[in-house]
Amino acid sequence: MKLNVAMAQINTVLGNVEQNLEKHLDLIEQARRAGADLITFPELSLTGYALQDLTPTVACRPLPDDPVFNPLLAASQDIDIQVGFVEEDERNLFYIATAFLSGGAVRHIHHKVYLPTYGFFDEGRFFARGESVRAFDTRFGRVGMLICEDFWHASSPYMLWLDGADLFLFTSASPGRGITPTPHNTAPGRTESARWVNDIIRAYAGMFTTFVVHTNRAGFEDGINFWGGSSAFSPDGEPLVNGVEHAEALVLAELDLSQLRRTRTRLPLLRDERTSLVQREITRITRNADG
Amino acid sequence: MPDLTIDTNLARKILTDFIRTEITRAGFSRAVLGLSGGLDSALACYLAAEALQPENVLAVRMPYATSSADSLAHAQLVIDALGVRTLTIPITDMVEPLFNRYPDMENRRKGNVMARQRMIILFDQSEAFKGLVLGTSNKTEILLGYTTVHGDAACALNPLGDLYKTQLRQLAAAVGVPEPLLQKPPSADLWAGQTDEDELGFTYAAVDQLLYLLVDQRYTPQECVDSGFEAKFVHAVIERVRKNQFKRVMPPIAKLSGRTVGYDFLYLRDWGT
Repeated sequence: MKLNVAMAQINTVLGNVEQNLEKHLDLIEQARRAGADLITFPELSLTGYALQDLTPTVACRPLPDDPVFNPLLAASQDIDIQVGFVEEDERNLFYIATAFLSGGAVRHIHHKVYLPTYGFFDEGRFFARGESVRAFDTRFGRVGMLICEDFWHASSPYMLWLDGADLFLFTSASPGRGITPTPHNTAPGRTESARWVNDIIRAYAGMFTTFVVHTNRAGFEDGINFWGGSSAFSPDGEPLVNGVEHAEALVLAELDLSQLRRTRTRLPLLRDERTSLVQREITRITRNADG
Repeated sequence: MPDLTIDTNLARKILTDFIRTEITRAGFSRAVLGLSGGLDSALACYLAAEALQPENVLAVRMPYATSSADSLAHAQLVIDALGVRTLTIPITDMVEPLFNRYPDMENRRKGNVMARQRMIILFDQSEAFKGLVLGTSNKTEILLGYTTVHGDAACALNPLGDLYKTQLRQLAAAVGVPEPLLQKPPSADLWAGQTDEDELGFTYAAVDQLLYLLVDQRYTPQECVDSGFEAKFVHAVIERVRKNQFKRVMPPIAKLSGRTVGYDFLYLRDWGT
């Protein structure tokens, strides 16, 4: 089975959900016409990233009668959609969220569990932490979603792997930083942050023998650049596509899902994974830490 | 010693994107900058011309009576190479009345007046030309406080402020800034014979290495000494950075209410764009 993914590597208007929604609907239509089965949008794609005090004004609830989700849910009749937004819960906590929409319904929502609050990141000041990491079923198989800092913690993709995800959908608003040169580099190279992210997600694809699709945003917010460069990796850890860096793009990738069987026959890391051993040792380690 | 080499292609791409994006999202398409004949403003002019097209860049030369003739000539090399728009507005007649009123005014004070007079001209041209003022302060100057508040430090956006002088020099060479500008010693040209390195008391090469370790690599002072820097130099630079923090932040507002601009009223400048 082939899965055609369109990674919508967009810039956003900071705090203007209406304009961002319009862009989403345009790109969803473009992706549908290009034959994509799934379109993915970056972290906080409907709102912009450095929201600060804009957070409560852009929050929404992913319900059928919500003015933002209503048209997205309608569009998900024709193509599956992963979208980034701020979710407000019943008790007025705000989460950095990503939703998977399919067949007119919300199939899964992930709340970012690791909120970077260091350096120039300040997410913990404005958002509540998510409390779960779970895989879910789609028409393409079992999928897991993580948002940016979530996948800097190896435990997050590890849990998704154990929970049955064969496709990781990672989204980011990753700022470009570090401009040391790469050897033999004549064209514009990669920022150090871009190199790191790509090294990490490639390693996950290979170590978990799983497809990884990473959608990162483009554009600027004040002096911060977002480097784009969306990418997809096969269960062998091979790059399937590397999107243009430092520009908006609709990046297309064809995932041959039958590769999972071939890779895992050759390299049965999943079969040999010792979950009970891990659980036993983690129980011991946390007991000691608590003790 | 640390390696301050940068990927100049990548820096050029990010900085030209930054200039174009941040000017257009504010509703403008043009930039104004003071072109001194030195390296920093020449680089800013090259990047702006590439980002916005030369006809959308206004380079203003603002000589004072004692400004070196080379400064005007070197600025002209940049103007000729790029085809940007240009104005020459001498500041002598504007600042002399103030100087004459205080005959004992020393060089530093005069230098600040000249830097602020140039700021007035640039922001006036910003309105007249409908362009935003590009800052040209580099990371070394900003950290050391080697700038005039509300003078050369004043701008609408600054593409160069995260490049140390030695990194800026690499980028200037890569974008084709003319050779005489790359070769001459850096100078604020506020009085005859002034050079940055004489005034600062150390070389950019040395202080950039030290600042890179202290700021970028988060070395402790002792780790810098262990890396080969003189303890006296390390402590003098740290103290200079500390004493000049006031130049790098907005003036503090005395908090009285429950929500105060700067403390708990937090929005990016790009709010809504």
